[in-house]
Amino acid sequence: MLTKRASLKLATAFAALMIAGGAQAAEKLRLLTWADYAPADVVQQFTKETGIEVEITLSNNEEMISKLRATQGAGFDLIQPSQDRIAGPQQEFGIYKPLDLSKLKSDLFIASMLEATKKNTTVDGKVYGVPHIWGTDGLVVNTKAAPNVADYPDLCSPAVAGKSSFRAKRPTLIAFAFANGMDPFAAYKDQKQYADMMEKVGAKLAECKKNVKFFWDGKDQLLNALRSGEVVAAMAWDTGGWKLNSENPDIKFIAPKSGALGWVDTFAIPAKGRNDDAAYKWINFNMRPEIAAKVAASAGNFTASNGADKLMQGKLKDQFAESFPKAAIDNIKWYPAVPAGIEEIEGKVLDRLKAGS
Amino acid sequence: MKPARNLTLFLLLAPAVIWLGLLIILPHVEILVLSLSERVGPRVYKFGFGNYLEFFTEPLYWRTFARTAIMSILVTVITLVLAFPIALYIARVAQGRLKAMLLLLCLLPFWVSELVRTLGWMMLLRETGLISYLLQMTGLVGQPVEMLYNDGAVILGLVYGGLLFMIVPLANALESLEPSVVEAGYDLGGSRWTVLRRIVIPHATPGIVAGSIIVFMLTVGNFATPVLLGGKNGLWFTEQIYAQFITRFNWPQGAAFGMLLLVLSSAIVWAGLRLSGQSLGTTLRQA
Amino acid sequence: MRAAMASSSDLDLVAVTKRFGPHLAVNDVSFSVTRGDFFSILGPSGCGKTTLMRMIAGFEDPTSGDIRIRGKSMVGVPANRRPVNMVFQSLALFPMMSVGENVAYGLNCRGVARAEAEQRATRMLERVGLKGFAERRVTALSGGQRQRVAIARCLVLEPTLVLLDEPLGALDLKLREHMKIELKQLQSTFNTTFAYITHDQSEALVMSDRIAVMNQGRFEQVGSPRELYHNPATPFVASFVGETNRWSGEGGGAGGTDIRLAAGATVHSTGIVPAKSVLCFVRPEAVALSANAESLASLPNRFEGRVSAVLFDGANSSLLIDTQGFDQPIRAVLPQAGPLAGIEVGASIHLGWTADAMKVFPA
Repeated sequence: MLTKRASLKLATAFAALMIAGGAQAAEKLRLLTWADYAPADVVQQFTKETGIEVEITLSNNEEMISKLRATQGAGFDLIQPSQDRIAGPQQEFGIYKPLDLSKLKSDLFIASMLEATKKNTTVDGKVYGVPHIWGTDGLVVNTKAAPNVADYPDLCSPAVAGKSSFRAKRPTLIAFAFANGMDPFAAYKDQKQYADMMEKVGAKLAECKKNVKFFWDGKDQLLNALRSGEVVAAMAWDTGGWKLNSENPDIKFIAPKSGALGWVDTFAIPAKGRNDDAAYKWINFNMRPEIAAKVAASAGNFTASNGADKLMQGKLKDQFAESFPKAAIDNIKWYPAVPAGIEEIEGKVLDRLKAGS
Repeated sequence: MKPARNLTLFLLLAPAVIWLGLLIILPHVEILVLSLSERVGPRVYKFGFGNYLEFFTEPLYWRTFARTAIMSILVTVITLVLAFPIALYIARVAQGRLKAMLLLLCLLPFWVSELVRTLGWMMLLRETGLISYLLQMTGLVGQPVEMLYNDGAVILGLVYGGLLFMIVPLANALESLEPSVVEAGYDLGGSRWTVLRRIVIPHATPGIVAGSIIVFMLTVGNFATPVLLGGKNGLWFTEQIYAQFITRFNWPQGAAFGMLLLVLSSAIVWAGLRLSGQSLGTTLRQA
Repeated sequence: MRAAMASSSDLDLVAVTKRFGPHLAVNDVSFSVTRGDFFSILGPSGCGKTTLMRMIAGFEDPTSGDIRIRGKSMVGVPANRRPVNMVFQSLALFPMMSVGENVAYGLNCRGVARAEAEQRATRMLERVGLKGFAERRVTALSGGQRQRVAIARCLVLEPTLVLLDEPLGALDLKLREHMKIELKQLQSTFNTTFAYITHDQSEALVMSDRIAVMNQGRFEQVGSPRELYHNPATPFVASFVGETNRWSGEGGGAGGTDIRLAAGATVHSTGIVPAKSVLCFVRPEAVALSANAESLASLPNRFEGRVSAVLFDGANSSLLIDTQGFDQPIRAVLPQAGPLAGIEVGASIHLGWTADAMKVFPA
């Protein structure tokens, strides 16, 4: 039998639970995104305007998809995978919800980028993603220590032996394929051809391995190594390069001869999202030029918002202009949607690269 | 009367049963079921052993496992060799406050997370790190030395992480050894080595086995240390599992690897118990 | 003379002292143990006898002095190189080995071949009455059997000297009585020198050829059990060895033999007692009892008292007698065969003792 005091405690606990449950009912947007994509001041302003609270979880492409797959698309109301990671996982796992484009203000987007992203994220005639932030993968080089690095294969040259780095991930495979005169994106549709191509690239990378200090994994790990001079040339994102450039002018982001790899991070709605209205509100709010400019500054990247570039700070613009002459912009290789099965092929090549000695 | 007693027993056991069922058995059953499904096409799976077959037919995978297992055994042996004198000192020489201090010292690294500990090692071992700097200062080497990103660094990190789990059961076992038994060993003409081999080690065997099982299992299943300290050539089996689940979205394959890790490492432990002539029961009592 | 002594003795301690910080555990102890003797060191706990034994075994080093075995100095020789083996108080059998392995252990250490060691161990076990026990676990033995294994383990090495550290302490009374006799028999069959330490005077008296009584780090007296019992050299020996009545008093002086006890009675001793405070000791069996005063008329010390307690213990039965002039009841042996066998509490009784039955020491 419960004592009087114990039952009182139980009642209090129960009441507390009810109140907590009540608080849960207040409107909320559960956002799964990348670091720096939702700066605190932007979130505050959104909550002030709409009364919707934003709960942010930080992640990366692979983990975003894995998380949604585990719950079959539940747990979040809005997510931001790269545009090439929408069609494939949608076909395989059905983790996204088609977008209602009528709820989006399409004139807020750069028209060409919106069209390209819609095309890439269309499955069975339905659109699953719209663009938000874009950037490129290229080379971050300490131009004083490694003046001759101009393309991906230069990371394998004796001049930077033991002082170069790249990730043991798919962008590296794609980059080295282009650098060796192949076109991996054209081979996406033919898995046999793609597998042969990846074998060749894998062999190239295996040769290059002795030159590499480590396969970098976290951005900070690489930036620290570049800062200390342990690494002098690496394949990495433009933002990291520009960040280091602000600290040390010798370190530059270089668009490789064979072309920088262009990526676009999107807005997409999970299959079992509970608050689509809030999600659309967040997208429209974020694409407003003045908000988009703030987010772009926080992420150190560019935005798909129409007109935001005029509001951006000068430094990043200058750095972009230095890294990307006109020809380099035209040479950016934009990732097409990854068909299902491609990652399987790449995965094995990468596993062998990491395991082999 | 009797039904009431049964109810009491049931209620007392309920938390343990629920805990075992929900947190241990159920997930494993789910993993097992998952591991037996093969992908045929988008969202189409069939029952089959293909994922297990993949492990044995693709040298990459079983070699990674073999490498992981051999290095884990090596780590266990090194940990044992290092922990034994420390445990012996704590159990037999140190008294009172000193003893408590020493145990606390062993425990101290575990007050921070494994990640932080590993990052600490990275700071020490990297080319621009403290040890490299000291070596240059003393003129022992002419240029910066990189001690990170190789198997040695991985073993170092894993041994460091496993030391406590070896010392505690060992010290426990050694503490119960009566001092006069050791003295009798000397008195009857035994050398230090004879006493160690015929009296101290046999007495500590349950502790050695318990510590070794814990360290081996922790090492085989470790993720952060090999990933962070390991080189471009060192792939740990857990990384394969992670890769299958997270970067490859191939859950059935990852599940099969997970089951294989469980079964194969248990088999190694079983073999170790057979070799040392210990039963799991006495070992668990010691631990 | 000295050389002759050294050649016939197995163990010689010369002015051995051991300090633990400021504490003097063993204070300038010298003695010799003759070959084949059963030698006991008897003393209360904390008297330093265990430290002494551990120095002989080699577990402690003396602060000063020398320990010689068969004339060879043992200082600096580690325990495992001394021709001395020890039976520990806890026995310290190796629980991880079988009975046979326990006995063969020392032989293994000496490099005796496995088969021969096994054979010798088996033979030794037979000799101590443990035939067929070689394969047993030591944990499966009774207390007495464990005792025999512990001794067999030492004797198989044919040591010059066997040290025994109160090995009977853990046994129950009946077994202890039995093991006393067995130990003595073992010692005489093997003709090995035994050094035995104990706080139990009856163990020491029953088994030993010679006994050293130790107190506060020093030897009070060394002698045969009989000497110690009948001619104690110090008040400590008199009271520690055997039962005794003990009174303090004052000598009459002036060349007299009278002693005035603190509680009033006057007693007479044989020698001249100076006018100082003294201690008097009389064994209970030296106290003569009688129902009438006449039969005790020849005794110089005669008193009358009242029985305050009858301590019946078979052949060891005794009486406590309240006597005028004594601060404590006098203890006297009560013969179970005599006319007083049936005496009851409260009965009046006469008692007395001869002058030479009383030992007198300056206090």
